[in-house]
Formats: sequence, C-alpha cells, structure tokens
Amino acid sequence: MSQAFSAQRFRAMLVKETLQILRDPSTLLIAFVLPLILLFLFGYGVSLDTTRIRVGLALQDMSAPAQSLATAYERSRWFEVTGRRDVEGLKPELVAGRIRGIIVIPADFGRRLAGTGEPAAIQVITDGSLPNTAGFVAAYAEGVRASWAAGQAEERGARPQPPITLLQRFWFNPELASRFFLIPGSIAIVMTMVGTLLTALVVAREWERGTMEAIMATPIGMAEFLATKVIPYFILGLGSMTLCTLVAIFAFGVPFRGSPLALLAIATAFLMPALGQGLLISAATKNQFVASQVALLSAFLPAMLLSGFLFEIASMPKIIQAITYLVPARYVIPPLQTVFVVGDLWDLFLRNIAVMLGFGALFFLLAIRATRRRIA
Amino acid sequence: MAGPVAIAHAVTKRFAPGGPAALDGVSIEIEPGRMTGLVGPDGAGKTTLIRLLTGLLDPDAGTVEVMGKAAAEADRAVIGYMPQRFGLYEDLSVIENLSLYADLRGLDAGERDARFRRLLDFTDLERFRTRLAGKLSGGMKQKLGLACAMVKAPALLVLDEPGVGVDPVSRRELWAMVRELAGEGIGVLWSTAYLDEAEKCDTVFLLSEGRLLHAGPPADLTGQVEGRVFRMATGAEGRRLLLARALNRDDVTDGTIQGASLRLVMKPGIAPPAPDALGAPASSQVAPAVPRFEDAFVDILGGGPPGTSALAAAYRAVPERQEPAILAERLTKRFGDFTAADDISFAIPRGQIFGLLGPNGAGKSTTFKMLCGLLTPTSGNGRVAGHDLRTARADARQSLGYMAQKFSLYGDLSVRQNLNFFSGVYGLTGRAQRQAIERVVEVFRLGDYLPVNSGSMPLGFKQRLALACAVMHQPPVLFLDEPTSGVDPIVRREFWTHINGLVEKGVTVLVTTHFMDEAEYCDRIALIYRAQQIAIGTPDALKAQAATEAGLHDLTLEDAFIALIEASDRKREAA
Amino acid sequence: MWGRLRAIIVKEIWAILRDPRARLILVVPPLIQLFVLGFASTLEVKNIDVGVYNRDDGAWSREFVQRLAGSPNIRRIVRIDHPAALREAIDDQRVIAAVVLDQRFSADVAARRPAVIQAIFDGRRSNAAQIVSGYLERIAGELGAEIAPQAARPRSQSAVVHWFNPNLDYLWFTMPALVVIISTLAGLGVTALSVARERELGTFDQLMVSPLRVQEILVGKMVPPILVGLFNGSLYLLLIPTVFGVPLTGSIPLFYLALFFYLLALVGIGMFVSSLAKTQQQAFLGAFLVTVPATLLSGYATPVDNMPAWLQVLAEANPPKHFLIVSEGVFLKAMPAAEVAANTWPLAVIALGTLTASALLFRARME
Repeated sequence: MSQAFSAQRFRAMLVKETLQILRDPSTLLIAFVLPLILLFLFGYGVSLDTTRIRVGLALQDMSAPAQSLATAYERSRWFEVTGRRDVEGLKPELVAGRIRGIIVIPADFGRRLAGTGEPAAIQVITDGSLPNTAGFVAAYAEGVRASWAAGQAEERGARPQPPITLLQRFWFNPELASRFFLIPGSIAIVMTMVGTLLTALVVAREWERGTMEAIMATPIGMAEFLATKVIPYFILGLGSMTLCTLVAIFAFGVPFRGSPLALLAIATAFLMPALGQGLLISAATKNQFVASQVALLSAFLPAMLLSGFLFEIASMPKIIQAITYLVPARYVIPPLQTVFVVGDLWDLFLRNIAVMLGFGALFFLLAIRATRRRIA
Repeated sequence: MAGPVAIAHAVTKRFAPGGPAALDGVSIEIEPGRMTGLVGPDGAGKTTLIRLLTGLLDPDAGTVEVMGKAAAEADRAVIGYMPQRFGLYEDLSVIENLSLYADLRGLDAGERDARFRRLLDFTDLERFRTRLAGKLSGGMKQKLGLACAMVKAPALLVLDEPGVGVDPVSRRELWAMVRELAGEGIGVLWSTAYLDEAEKCDTVFLLSEGRLLHAGPPADLTGQVEGRVFRMATGAEGRRLLLARALNRDDVTDGTIQGASLRLVMKPGIAPPAPDALGAPASSQVAPAVPRFEDAFVDILGGGPPGTSALAAAYRAVPERQEPAILAERLTKRFGDFTAADDISFAIPRGQIFGLLGPNGAGKSTTFKMLCGLLTPTSGNGRVAGHDLRTARADARQSLGYMAQKFSLYGDLSVRQNLNFFSGVYGLTGRAQRQAIERVVEVFRLGDYLPVNSGSMPLGFKQRLALACAVMHQPPVLFLDEPTSGVDPIVRREFWTHINGLVEKGVTVLVTTHFMDEAEYCDRIALIYRAQQIAIGTPDALKAQAATEAGLHDLTLEDAFIALIEASDRKREAA
Repeated sequence: MWGRLRAIIVKEIWAILRDPRARLILVVPPLIQLFVLGFASTLEVKNIDVGVYNRDDGAWSREFVQRLAGSPNIRRIVRIDHPAALREAIDDQRVIAAVVLDQRFSADVAARRPAVIQAIFDGRRSNAAQIVSGYLERIAGELGAEIAPQAARPRSQSAVVHWFNPNLDYLWFTMPALVVIISTLAGLGVTALSVARERELGTFDQLMVSPLRVQEILVGKMVPPILVGLFNGSLYLLLIPTVFGVPLTGSIPLFYLALFFYLLALVGIGMFVSSLAKTQQQAFLGAFLVTVPATLLSGYATPVDNMPAWLQVLAEANPPKHFLIVSEGVFLKAMPAAEVAANTWPLAVIALGTLTASALLFRARME
C-alpha cells in the first residue's frame, strides 16, 4: 500500500539514518579511513612503475669489452647487480627470488665481438614466475647492451644511427606515473564500498534486529523508506569521494584538469547503481553475513578486477570481457581517469553516465519489488 | 465510537501450502476503550494474528479489518504496534526514538511538546531523555517501546508480549499506563504469557494450535474452576514430594507450590484429598482458594503434567556435604564508579532452591554472573560446590549446570549436535556420553527433533533442550537465569516438576525470575534492589515482613515484592 | 581435556557447515574467483587497437603498417586522416596509441636517411601505454635492422631465456598467486565472524560458564578456517595443473607445510579482529579493512620489489607476501626445502605473535 508522501516522515528517517551513521565507528572507518589507506597504498606503495631490479651477473670472459659491458650493467639505473658468479651459483638465488634475472656474458664474448662470424651474444635469463618483471628485465638488459654497443661504436668513430627512430609522446601523463590512473580508479572502489557494501549491511541489519517490523507498521511507504536509506549513503559516498579527490590532488600531486561539476556528475551517476545494488542485496538476503559476502563477490571484486582499473579489459578472454559489461564500475573508470588527467570530455562522460543511470534505475526497480511490506 | 476498532473474521493462515494452519478460522473483535487479552501456549498463533491485524501478513481466508478498512489498506497512523523486540533503534537515544516515531506517525508539531512531556512523564523516562536505547534496562526499553507505539494517540494499540523479561514493578506500571489509555477510548490488544495480566483484561481470547478455545471476559473461564481450587498448608518440610504425589493422582488436574502450602485444582465434583492421603501432616489445613485465570487456563488445556520427574529418577544422588553448596561472601562488583552489586552475602545449603529477585538493572544479574564465574568480583568471594571462584574457577564450572534467560544454545546446530557439544565440553565421552544423551532425549521427548535446527523448534522445546544441556553431566549445582521467560504455564509446570525432583536428589538451585508464582517454589529468596540485598527469607517470611512494614495483610508475593521495594525507597529518602 | 577439545572442534565445524547457504559461500565463491580472476587478472596487454595516421603513401610506410597489423598483440588498425581525428581517437579511448608517419618516411628509408615515426600514447593508462610502446619499439627496430646494410649490423646481441615460465604465460603467475589471495579472503572472513557471532547471538556466556579453557575455545575456533583453507588449497592443487595447465614442479608436502603455517597466521589475525569487534558488522568490516591492504601488499597486484624500501619492510609482517613466494616457488620453480623453510618461519613467527595477542585480548574482553 502506498500513502501520500510526507516531508515530516522523510526528514525524520533521514535524521535517524544520519545519527546511526555518525554513531557507528565501523561505518566511518569504511567511508573515511579505508579510502585513505587505499590512496596511501596506491600513492606510495603499490605501483606498477619498476624501480631498480636485482639481477645476477655471470661474467665468464675477462676480455676488456666484456669487463666494460659488465661495468655498464653495474652502472645502469635499471639494475642492481648483486653477484658476479657463475650461472650455477646464481641459480638458487633466482629460485629463491632474491634476484629476478641473470645476465651471462659468455667466455667467447670478446673473441666473437672482434671477429666477423657470429655476433657476440649475451644470455639473459629471467624469472618467468613474474612475467611482468621478466619482460622488463629482458627489455632493459637489451637496452643496456644496445646503448653500450652504441657507445663502443662511437669511440671507434662510427655513428651508426638506427635507421628508424620511434619518437614517443605520452599524452596527459608524460612521466608515466601509475598513480595518475591508480588513484582516480581507487575512488571508484571507495564509492563501491560505501554505496554497495555499507548500504547492503544497514538494511539487512534492520531486518535482523527486528526494527523493520516496527517501521513497516507505520504509515511510511516502501519507496519512501528505501529513499531515506539511500540519501545518507549517497551523501557519505560523495563525501568520501571529495576526501579522496582532495588528498589525490594535494598530497599525491595528481592533476585535476576537468571541472568539479563534471566530477560531481560522474560520481552521482555511479552512486546510483552502487546504492541500488546495495539495497537489492539486502532486500534479497535480509541477513548481514550473507549480504556482506554477496556484496563482496558481486560488487567489490568486480570493481577491483573487472572494471579496467588494474587490468586491461581488452586483454581478458572474450567471455570475461562480456561479463565486464555488466559491471557498473566499468563505466566509471574511464570518465574518472579522464576528468583527472585529461579534462572535460563530455561526449565520453555522457555516454558512460547514461549507462550507469540505466543500471541504477534497473537496480532500484528490482529493490523496490524485493522489499515488500510483508513479513516472509 | 461505536463499533469495534478491529475485526478478524474466520481468518485462516498457512505458512506452507498444505501445511498445518497457523490460524484456523479465528474470529476476534477489539472494542474501543477495552483491554483485550490474547493468550495461548507457544505456537498457538498469537504473533501470526497480530501480524495480520497490523497488515504485515495477508490472510489465506477470512477478512481482517481495522477501522472499517482491510488491514493491509488501513491508515497505519491509527495503529500503534509494539513488536516483541520493541522495534527500538539501540543506537538512538530515548528522545530520538520518540521523535522518529512521532514523525513517522505524522504527529503535528504543535502537539509534540505536550505529548512528549506527557509520555516521558508517564513512563518516567524524562531522566533518561538522552540515554541510548541500547543502554536502557529491559523494563525501560519496554516503556519506551510503548511510548513510541502510542506517540500519536492510536485507535488500535497492539502489544506483542510486552511483559517478557520485565520485572513485576515495571509490568505493573505498564499495565496501569495502558489501562489509562484504554480508558480514553483506544482499543488495546495485549498478547501475553503472564496470565495474571490476562486475568485483568476486559475480554480474553484464548488460542491453542491455531484455534480459538475461549472468547469473552476472563471471569467466564475462571468460573469453570469455581469451587475446585484448594490450598493445603502442609508446611515447608517435604512439600515438593507432596506436590509430586498430588499431581500423580487422577483427581488432581493441576497443582503448584505457594510458599509453605500446596495449591491444588481438582476435577469437577471431586473433593480435595485428605492431607494424610498425600503423606502430609494430618493437621494441615485445607481451605478453598479463590480460583485464578491460570487455573482455568491449565484446566481447559487438559491439566498439568504428572508430578514425577523421569529426569530426577535417573539422576545420581548428590552426596551430603558439610559446607553450603553455594556461598556468596560480601560479593561486590564495580564498573568504574558505578556499583552494580554491593556487599551481597548468602549461603545456600545442599538440596535447596534459592531465588534471586529484583527489578531489572538492580544487580541480581551481576550477582548471578559473579557466582557462575562470568564476572570477577571487585571484592568479596564466592564458592560453588566447595570450589573457590577465584582460585578454582574451572573446577567450579565443571560442577555447575547453566541455563540462560534468552535461548542461548546454538540455534543453527541440530538438537543432536547441541547435545553432543554440551555433553562433550562437560567431559562426557564414549558410553557415558551416549547414555546421558539417550536419557535426556527420552525424558524431554526430543527424539523427533534430533536432526532439526534447535533454533526452529517451538519455544517450549527450546526450553527443554536448554535444561537438557545443563543437566547431562549431572552437576550438583544448577544456575537458572529466568529459565521460563516467555514460555506457557504448561511447559513451566513441567519444568518445575523436573527441578523439584532434582532438588529432592540433593541438587542445589540458584534461580532468577520475574514470575512470582515461580518464586513461590523457592526455599529462600534474596531481594536485590539498587545493588543491595534488601531482604532475605522464605517466601512466606517475606510476605509477612512486607505485611508488617506496609501495614497490610494477606499479600501475594508480588505485592510483597513491591511493598519491600517501596519501603526501601522510603528508608533511603529518609536517610 | 581431549573430550572437551573434541566437542568444541566438532561444534565449530558444524557451525560453519550446517547452514547450506554458508556451505555454499565457503566453496562456490572461491571457485568462481579462481576462474574469473584467473583469466581476468592479467597485466598482459593484448587485443589493442592502434591508430595510424599515414601521410606517406610509399612502400616503406605500408610495410610498417602491415607489420603493425600483423603483431599478435594488436587487434585492429584504426585509420586516421587528420590531426583532430587523432586527438579524438585518443581522447575517446578508441585507441591506446597512434602512430604518425610523415610524408618523407618512405623516401628517408629508401635513401638510408634516419627516418622518424611519431608515436602518441594515452597516458591515462600509463602502464598499458608503456607496454604498447615496447611493442612498437620492437616492430620499428626489427624493420630497421632488416633494411640496415650488413656492415652496420651490431656485433653483439642478447638472447633471452625465461626460466620457470618459458612463454611468460601470465596464467602461470596468476594461478599460484590466487591460491594465496582467495584463501586470505575466505580464511579471514570465517575466523573474524566466529567470536563476534557468539557475542551477538548470546551463546558467548554459555561458552564461558562451561569448563572450556580459553585456549581450548581458541583452538576450537581455529580448526574450521584451517580445514576450509586446507580443503580449498587441495582443490586448487588439483585444478590448477589439470584444468589450467600450470606445472606443479615442487614438493606437495612442503606446500602443505607452508599452507598450514600461513593459515595459522591468518587465523591469528582474524581472531584478533574478532575478539575486538562487538558485532558481526564490525567484525566483517574490520576483516575487510585488513584484507585490502594485505592483498595489495602481497605482491599479487604489483611486485613487492616495486615498493619503496620502508613499505617492503612493512610487507615482511604481511603473511600473504611470504606465502606467495612459496606458492609461486612450489608450482613453478621446484623450490627446495631450505627456501620453503626460509619463507615459512616468518609465517610461524607472525602466527605466534597474532595468536598470543588474540588470546590475551580474548581474556581481557571476557567480562
């Protein structure tokens, strides 16, 4: 049964919900402390930017060029060369993970370099158990060798220019700082937490503690009830987002090239499906434990892993790519990253906002249907 | 207003298609200005009926109308509803809860101040305005729940077991408040397991297994046992054995202990047995007693259980000991600067029932918890079955059985798993464990429920299981914390038959309760109020003491309880 | 004592297995996670679209574009015909990179003059952009090497061998890592809720008045999460080599040894959170608050080597960090016993510390 909307009831429920939020330390912990931890980790710690990699160097040739190349590796800004032993001695180190690669300068290096037959080859052994790092080791090892060879050639007076040069420019983020994309992305994670996880828990709690029964016996309508649940968490979500944005800009130096209005529009649009999903989960489970697990599995993990925040969607298998289209967070990552490091690109924003609002409407409708004014 | 405020007509409700009917063709009417009682054993369908009236459930057949409209369509602002768990937000303060419900029910801003003042005054919660509801005692929560339910004068006020776990003083106050409201023309439906409350209602509906067994003034039902109730003053000695003998007779339908007397209900037309036929002193006086609603209730449901406890029959004899089974020596507990229990001392000899009584929050639970080792006393000490609570806590625990007020077994484990667990933690293994489990399963008729989740059993069976788990290891001492809270009189009688039997075997029992007829079973009672032990003695001695202090005579234990507390208040104010 | 211990262990196991919903939650999500995350979490960059603004219609520019299109990592070449379209394609994320070949490109190459290709990358996804830049670099280098005169070819070169994972298959890394991550999620959750649940449901007092000692209660509560962890671990040990084709080269008993100590350490943390929490909600959110940084600092999302030194020190106290090394080692590297032990003793120390702390906290919060 629906009764006419009453501002008095509505305000009273909002006040109640707000007081409850302010009084539960765990809510505030998730809304304001967890975001700071996340930003902090993404800002300082967790980074995809490779620093110096420890490698072992097996120098088996004592010729002058071999020694010179070894020195080049030692002086390289990419490597920290830990040992100069034979390959067998370095192998356990690689197994233990204390080094990530072995560069072998073989005994015939100097002889071949001087000769005209086969070119002198160094061997690069990587730790394939970390494919990403292994790729870097291979690329940097070759890079060091190439620039060493160029230097040698220059000393001989030759200027062998590479026939084709790639002139690279990285727009928006010339220093390639990964925090430029990790921090805006983590804002989406934080809003997922506040919007879905907290909302799912609080409505399930009303069922568990028996207050739902008392509320349902009052004149409040169910849509009205759900709205009063959503608004405080919407504001909390925006507050949490604002905190993250300020910390991102002022503490981590992430640029903000778009407009606050655009950011607000993007965040608002994303909170709709997030909140709707939270309501739907709680209405369907009515149990805090189950609600929390479902929220974790259906909201947090997809936002973290299937949204394009950490992992490239295009690189995933087709079937999983198809699943990502059902993850609302997928549509918030590009506009968020754009509004920070690029600027206002309304085409891109509006396209994604429309999809998010669509998901939001769907979730809300389902939630209202699931929250019937009846005791099961 | 003329007609009834709510009508249920031939209502049937099933929770599973083809399953048993929770309500089967029930019709009731709630008249304005009258107190309507709703009583019945566990699982009778009381809560289902209430949820139909508040529009939270739809009937399968029949109609439910509130103020002339179908319940689901009715204007909810005219219904005041207090669910069993009061519906309070524990993390909101008294005044915040009240304001919330005032706004939800659409109370005008203009009326607000006057209404709040009246309700807070009425419920005596003015002092606790800003206290969080979660920090209130049970009695205060209940009053706040009531205040929230009637913050905007409703036409229909529905209270679902408002008295469970609440002390007699608070219950009496609540009753008076609601009665006053009913006088203003509100129709009140009061569901209760306390039959003394039902007795005071204008109309009572008695449900059993989904069917209506009685509808009308309680006196109509009580009239059915008129002239069949007697009181036999046997003296305290051996009264438990005498009761068992009386209950085993075919001509006695119900019997209880009242202090040093027996109260017996006879089959129609049969005279009470002679005292010596039971083995009581021939000089014991037998006199007719005023019938009560509870007598009639038990009678209409087919009488109480027989008097011999199969549990006690199979129980070991607890050996005699020189020292008391339970000893409290100047027990004191402080939380910060708040003293919860102050200088409590008593000794309970082997084979006695000792009652701890007192209002909610007065310190009886604190005392109880110190004696069973849940709290460490700030000063003073206690001994249980000869074991010092400070130095031999684990031994003390091994020798006690514990049963808590709310059902506190593992509701999501099966009955068998609960039995296995509790026998195991008390050190029973192998054959002894199997036998102990078989014994209680048989005694408490738990066989059909063994694979069932214990949380989904009817309350009466939960209560039986809780007792079973507490006694499998045959402890010499039992701690019972409001053991029969919320269960119906029949189950309560069965429970006390077991306890009486165990006590005859030498088991010592410490019990807290809000049921005064339950307190009558005790050998001695300590009354705890404002952290202090204000009176101690046999039930009859306390009645006599209260009578002297209040200048009254022929008090019930409940009257005595209230009189002693009031006397204590007077003394404190005078000092 | 053994009777009591057995009773509480059996009860705790039933407590998590009795509810069909809970049973489902313990087994199904970990499996879904294994499959979905296994394929989803890859730092590889494949199937990318690259824009080409070719202002040169010579043979060499066509050759370059053809090689680009032939790269296994590039899905599609997007033709661009003016600078504004290039900007738009990048802005709109239709392409992650765009190359510009100017009019003189083919002429320069043909004349053996140094030729230049411009490459523009979307810096929003800087990590992916960097990897794509490596692809383009390689294609340009290979083309350059082929057209260079024999004499100008370099006298030295490097040959790369990837040990433990010859084709750098990302799944080989992800799968052993997921064993760690998924058991962290499940283990912490189950443990954290256990004590808080008894408090909220009111069975805590019943437990406290029984003759059970604190250490017995704690051991009882530790067993189910450890069993669940061992069960899931065994399941992964079975599925990963068979279904996902990741080699299992090391010693299985050593893996179990490390897994056991890892679970102990996790359970210690979970128990600490649980003893601290008043309600299930607090326990759950508290466990979550621990899980997120623990996962991020484990080396799964990004290598521990990339973290600043002080954070690497902090990561030493993070159980997943140690177990991840063992898991990768046992699956891919046939890690010898001494190395497993070197990464297991920190877990034992963490377990000892957290379990002691939670026992103390549990005692302190008994009343």
